[in-house]
Amino acid sequence: MLYLRLITMRLLKAVVVLFMIIIFNFVLIQLAPGDPAAILAGEAGATDEEFLRQLRERFGLDQPMYVQLWRYVSGIAMLDFGFSYRQGVPVLDLILARLPATLLLTGTAFVLSLALGIVAGSLAAARVKKPSGSIIMTLALLFYATPLFWVALMSVVLFSVYLDLLPAYGMYTVGAGHTGLALVLDVGKHLILPATTLALFFMAIYTRMTRASMLEASQQDFVKTARAKGLKNSVIQRRHILRNALLPIITLAGLQAGQMVGGAILTETVFAWPGIGRLMFEALQQRDYNLLLGIFFFSAALVIVFNIITDLVYGLADPRIKEGS
Amino acid sequence: MSFFARFAQNRGALFGLIILLGIIVMAILAPLVFPESPWRMVQRPFLPPMEVDGFLLGTDTMGRNVAAGLMHGAWVSLMIGLVSTLVALMIGVPLGAVAGYYGGLIDDGLMRFTEFFQTIPNFALAIVLVAIMQPSITSIVLAIAIVSWPPVARLVRAEFMSLRNREYVEAARLVGQSNATIIVRQILPNTLSPIIVLASLMVATAILLESALSFVGLGDPNVMSWGYMIGAARTVIRQAWWLSFFPGVAILLTVLALNLVGEGLDDALNPKLARERS
Repeated sequence: MLYLRLITMRLLKAVVVLFMIIIFNFVLIQLAPGDPAAILAGEAGATDEEFLRQLRERFGLDQPMYVQLWRYVSGIAMLDFGFSYRQGVPVLDLILARLPATLLLTGTAFVLSLALGIVAGSLAAARVKKPSGSIIMTLALLFYATPLFWVALMSVVLFSVYLDLLPAYGMYTVGAGHTGLALVLDVGKHLILPATTLALFFMAIYTRMTRASMLEASQQDFVKTARAKGLKNSVIQRRHILRNALLPIITLAGLQAGQMVGGAILTETVFAWPGIGRLMFEALQQRDYNLLLGIFFFSAALVIVFNIITDLVYGLADPRIKEGS
Repeated sequence: MSFFARFAQNRGALFGLIILLGIIVMAILAPLVFPESPWRMVQRPFLPPMEVDGFLLGTDTMGRNVAAGLMHGAWVSLMIGLVSTLVALMIGVPLGAVAGYYGGLIDDGLMRFTEFFQTIPNFALAIVLVAIMQPSITSIVLAIAIVSWPPVARLVRAEFMSLRNREYVEAARLVGQSNATIIVRQILPNTLSPIIVLASLMVATAILLESALSFVGLGDPNVMSWGYMIGAARTVIRQAWWLSFFPGVAILLTVLALNLVGEGLDDALNPKLARERS
């Protein structure tokens, strides 16, 4: 029951945050230099006066501020994100068409970085005073300091231009007409470079987190007990220390979700991956503010959904929360 | 042991400090070594590194000297990193101090506000802010500060909560010092060392953020920055790898150096923790 109440509270909080982001978007449009109608139309410069007048009327920009805010909020509540005048399509259609690609990319990168990070971090914790442990941590620091978009570009140069091993652009081979398993393999091949480059930075973070968390857990009394019982070191590391170190890692991994979405903007830009990150880059280049704000809202919503999933997983991993004792 | 001796005990930190000093020297010498604007075309475009004397790192798509851009870019990166961190501190420290000192409803409200900013994806928010305010040094600094203050507020709040009931604070209260005086003159000085460590790591993150913003085309159009150089070379990566390679190495070294220095400062400012850790 308590678990259910916890989820209800989280959902309620999510709605509040989304509402605040809508208001935030509204304020941003008002703050922007120039005529809001011009911004919504994606025209920062001079445009046809008649067209702007029609736009103002259509968006109710001639109405008082509170009416405008109400229209904006109720519009988004009914999933109306406005119109992309550059592409001539409703913003929602554009975003929904690109969402699956982003989910595939960030999902793969997330699983990859978490798995590799936990393995590397526990190895580093077990070899805390040995050179091999220091090497892992040095590599982690190096990946942490490397700009994501630069790793992406350099991997294109290395793996695609010089070694000619992997495709560097897009999500599948254009015009190949693959279906079924062939299509899955084709997409998989295109996914390798973007997912790996996106994962590297987060792997570095999870490696450092896992090591710190495991070193902290290894100070606890039950570890001394396990050693006194004469258990093998590998068993203690895996079953006593790692299991207890995992909870903080799950929490922090959830908090990283927002960064992952930000990273996707950069990787998708480099690899022309047809997700909402690439769409955001295109919206930027075309000064398509309506689309830009729509994507911004969606990316925040994505992070919130992800955080709720983390909470659910956390509840499953730690039975104390579920039973509420 | 002196402060510097403790700092130097961490060999990585010493290495980071040397790199960082090198980059600062690079930034200062830029106008002397390359007095001309880094935007000027000086040779034929797409000149590979070390082919013509005086063009160690080659030229870009417009025939501009890559080495000149790199040195002038150092100044831009360091300045934006430093100033945006200072602005973030100016937002985060007061909010965290007030939340931690007063607690209760004020704390609740301020923390909900902080959480809101932590939920929004950092980079997406920075992009939207700069795009709407129009790219300029000011808008970039503001955007980076707005997305990076929440960790400061949380840290300062935690420090204030653990310090607000100490004897010296009680004593100050008994003497009749005002809350503002206690916050600024009694507690704040005791929270400085973790703030300094966090700030050095934030400068590194700010430099990464700035380069990413410039990369997607949101840099100040009047200044040469490392991220811009990589972004401008993105479409010609197949013909000219060096255009993206060198600025990327520069960012990597700067961010790495700042992280190492941050760790060293942590060791030097919290000697007890450092001993436990090793």
